[in-house]
Amino acid sequence: MISQVFILSSQGDHLIYKDFRGEAGKDSINMFYEMVTSLSGAQPPVVMRNKNLNFIHVRHSGLYWVVSTKDNPSPFTIIEFLNRLAALTKDYCGSLSEKSVRMNFALIYELLDEMVDYGYIQTTSTDILKNFIQTEAVTSKPFSLFDLSNVGLFGAETQQSKVAPSAAASRPIVASHGEQGGKNEIFVDVVERLSVVIGSNGVLMKADVEGEIRVKCYLPTCSEMRIGLNEEFSIGKSQLRGYGAAVRVDECSFHQAVKLDEFDTYRILKVCPSQGEQTLMQYQLSDELPCAPPFRLFPTVEKDYGSRYSNDMWLIFIGRIVAINVSVTVPVPKGSLSLSQELSSPEQSAELQPRSKAVLWTIPRFPGGAQLSAVFKVEVPRLSSASLLEVGPISMSFELPKYTCTGLQVRFLRLSPTQPGLSQRWVRYVTHSDSYTIRI
Amino acid sequence: MPYLGCEETVKELKRALSNPNIQADRLRYRSYITRVIRSMTQGLDVSALFMDMVKASATVDVVQKKLVYLYMCTYASHKPDLALLAINTLRKDCADPNPMVRGLALRNMCNFRMPGITEYIQQPILTGLRDKASYVRRVAVLGCAKMHSLRPSTEIDPSIVNELYALLRDPDPVVMVNCLRALEEILREEGGVVINKPIAHHLLNRLKDLDSWAQSEVLIFLMRYRPRGDDELFDVLSLLDEFLQSVHTPVMAATLRLFLRLAAAHPAVQADALLRARGPLLAACGSASRELRFAGLCHVQQVLRSQPALYSGQYKRFFCGYSEPGYIKLRKMEILVELVNDENVVLVLEELKSYCTDVSPELAQAAIAAIGHIGRTYTEKCLDILTGLLALQQEHVTSAVIRTFRDLVWFCPQSIGAVCRAVEVCGENPQDTEGKQALLWLLGMHGEQISSAPYVLEGFIDGIKAELSSAVKTELLTAALKLFLCRPAETQDMLGRLLHYCIDEESDMCVRDRALLYYRLLQCGVDEARKILLGPESDPSMTVLAGRPEEPVGCWASGFNTLGPLAGADAHPDAPPADSSAQHCHSTEEEVVSKPPCQPGLTLGPPLSHEAFERLWVELRVLHRQTLGFPPPAAPPETLQAVLQLVKVQALAFSRCEARPWKAYVCARAGSTLVLAELLHGDPAVPDSQDALLLSVKQRPENLQAIRGFVSVLKTSAVQVQGQKSVT
Repeated sequence: MISQVFILSSQGDHLIYKDFRGEAGKDSINMFYEMVTSLSGAQPPVVMRNKNLNFIHVRHSGLYWVVSTKDNPSPFTIIEFLNRLAALTKDYCGSLSEKSVRMNFALIYELLDEMVDYGYIQTTSTDILKNFIQTEAVTSKPFSLFDLSNVGLFGAETQQSKVAPSAAASRPIVASHGEQGGKNEIFVDVVERLSVVIGSNGVLMKADVEGEIRVKCYLPTCSEMRIGLNEEFSIGKSQLRGYGAAVRVDECSFHQAVKLDEFDTYRILKVCPSQGEQTLMQYQLSDELPCAPPFRLFPTVEKDYGSRYSNDMWLIFIGRIVAINVSVTVPVPKGSLSLSQELSSPEQSAELQPRSKAVLWTIPRFPGGAQLSAVFKVEVPRLSSASLLEVGPISMSFELPKYTCTGLQVRFLRLSPTQPGLSQRWVRYVTHSDSYTIRI
Repeated sequence: MPYLGCEETVKELKRALSNPNIQADRLRYRSYITRVIRSMTQGLDVSALFMDMVKASATVDVVQKKLVYLYMCTYASHKPDLALLAINTLRKDCADPNPMVRGLALRNMCNFRMPGITEYIQQPILTGLRDKASYVRRVAVLGCAKMHSLRPSTEIDPSIVNELYALLRDPDPVVMVNCLRALEEILREEGGVVINKPIAHHLLNRLKDLDSWAQSEVLIFLMRYRPRGDDELFDVLSLLDEFLQSVHTPVMAATLRLFLRLAAAHPAVQADALLRARGPLLAACGSASRELRFAGLCHVQQVLRSQPALYSGQYKRFFCGYSEPGYIKLRKMEILVELVNDENVVLVLEELKSYCTDVSPELAQAAIAAIGHIGRTYTEKCLDILTGLLALQQEHVTSAVIRTFRDLVWFCPQSIGAVCRAVEVCGENPQDTEGKQALLWLLGMHGEQISSAPYVLEGFIDGIKAELSSAVKTELLTAALKLFLCRPAETQDMLGRLLHYCIDEESDMCVRDRALLYYRLLQCGVDEARKILLGPESDPSMTVLAGRPEEPVGCWASGFNTLGPLAGADAHPDAPPADSSAQHCHSTEEEVVSKPPCQPGLTLGPPLSHEAFERLWVELRVLHRQTLGFPPPAAPPETLQAVLQLVKVQALAFSRCEARPWKAYVCARAGSTLVLAELLHGDPAVPDSQDALLLSVKQRPENLQAIRGFVSVLKTSAVQVQGQKSVT
């Protein structure tokens, strides 16, 4: 059972503190903060122990979300609870930041009061909670239609007006009485996380996709929604459906509220979404990507004259879409002094970061089919051929809006016909990766 | 928290709250109450405002009520007399027609942690237990537990306990789970809530109606239940089966733990459950939440203790992502080391090699140590990588590689030559204490194969005045003396200087005493010194079996899905605090259940480490010696280990099959005694061992019957191996 729940800012300010059982004193917050700030990188910071008090914490948006307990509970339960608390806070406050938590502390206290009693989790379902939560969320920027920037999910820059505005999905689920009230919207996001390792000979060593279908619902009541996926969608290795290009995943799991009676034949998910954000389906695919990995990189590392070496790179982006927020981290030898660079377009930038021993090459926007090149000349005192061994694996992170690696698509999104009022439906796709490694 | 002008703030708030104009304006009044709560969260003592807040509680505004209650619960214990003033309002609210208000008031009234409150809350709680709204019943049930905790010494009211047991049949699932929780707390002295057959079956049938939090908690309560007979057991397991694949990791983990516990006597069922939970557990390891990923990895490590092969095919899932935090990367490396087999060793080593240049020295060193660990089995491949790393010429890398070399030389004597060549060409010496010690040990131990050894040592001796660590100095003394014994001409002068400095000028007693000891030893003559210093080394003909033997599931199942696996092995060996005693009795119980009936009393307890075996072997005397009527089995050590594993004998070391003399060391547990044995063949010093295997057995405590059983098991399995050999 949970003894206390508290939320701290990264500087250790107390944002929320609730004691459920009166077992531990209030000094436990400072105890926790001292422990967490004195940690070095190697110790497991998720669970800490001081005398007979266990602290379990997660990080979200730079905040510490902490549970303290005298028991020996299931770590999975506590971690999931804290994640859920953060998600609910985000649902109710619109966005998750130190500022929004500070402004909405009364609301978060109210949430905690209904979620946990005497240290026992009572409910975390939005459907039940919305009957009890009375406080209105305070948002820093009131949402207005004039404020619509044409920016998509994760800050994707798009010119198309058909893309949902990014601010739309970051407002509180419970509409306040202002001008924004009663906007019936539903967002279905297909989000895939890609992690890839490419060997030095260009062979794909490892490729994993972790995907999920998320629904964010602003409809006050919603009877039933039908989401149709690709008919060729298959799970596991043996099943093959249709004649088209198969969309295959290894494993797939569904939210318990999803009704699957039409899934086997028509690949339709039926669900009555409750307000707020939910993950309807999670799936994984390992090793066999249906498409080639989106980026290819051809690096050469050569020793120049004197204490300089040069690193030529050709980065090729395969595909017909646009990649955004691409950043490439190229390790450099220890003690590198300066960097001179030749980049193929002005909006790119490259920067030497001596603390992390790397050159960070950022490309804000990368059109499909394009090739970019970069030449980095790095000055290293006492350069030997051995120090070039330190130019280790290159890592990339990027976002690919409107793209899924597995090819999963939402064919249609239907709300039951009895839905009152006009409702807007948005389907968004994004593939992102923070672990795309290319060995040299 | 230091807060400037806090008294000013409190005064200002007090003035505002008692201002009738503000009280009349609902929104302004509420905003001041909000400010009070904000100050309270920041650590300011606002208890002086209690009276004003009590006044504010009498309102129809639910939001304001909630805020005031939050305030009152925090300060009720400081101001019990003032808190009593609020009781009337609360009791009135408990009779409100709106169930939400009723529940809210009852919950907060029970949260007042002050003496004497119980007489006021008892009646509302009893009424609340029979309320028609489930929301109020939920609150009331937990209220019983709160009431009990306020006066733990008084006797338990049996009528409340009976009522709570009856409410287990409540239609509302949360009320049911709250009843379990409340009973558990109230009856803690008597061992908690009783889960008998009707209750267990009721809970199992209701499991589907519960939300995931309640499910995982009920599953933990069900751990107490023992089904009678296999039929009931398998009925229960088949009911639980679908939860093993649950999307919610807490439910999956709780189900797996329950499975492992219920099926303690059926290892095949346990293995099957672990296999079926592999997918969900891997999904947790790849979750978007880092903390969940970490918890998943820690639990995979537990599973690997019994089934190292279970995740071998999925080894790529444990490759590190570059943005992952260090604590996840370290766990992943530990897991990768466990998963190595003939097929994936090349790819795993390639992956680990790419971590060796990590920015964090800690991670780089961990990766090098991991390679060294794999090197105990795949020596050549790892030696190449490690030697290559020396070319990087980075202090922390060199130090870690040298340390790994030292361990590798000890475990795999066949690597001595390659290591010595690598140390020879290594241009840079480690700068940290650990690394220096390792290098000195290598130089002393294998100095005759490293031609530059005297020059390296000389460097150390010249710099001894600047050396701070006494451990390094002691190691230096030993290394210099050892090197002197094999290469006297080059070393004599510097040894003299070293001894002179250590005896005359050194302030550390240990170093000085060690130097004096060596000095006097040398005075006795070089031969004496050689006899003492260059004692028996590790036997190069022996190969230590580096693979950890598989532990029975019972060893770790009781700690599964608790904080234990996350805390790390070294950090808190006694991590589970509250119920460790309970777990102990569980595990002994499980051992009794899991003991296989067909074996003559041999059990596979926690494996014995090589060090512990060595220590025991030296301590004990031979109890039993006999020749077995056959030569040593001509099978590779891995086969023998596998065969012995089947009959619950742990193999520690074997010679290669063509070696003469041939030796093997094994151990086994029989009941409470530990049997250690040596098998010897073809040693010219022992005439009995010329034609057949000579078996010497040591034991603690003595139990001759166990020895007889052990010898017969060993004989049968040896015959089996011979038989297999002749068939193939």
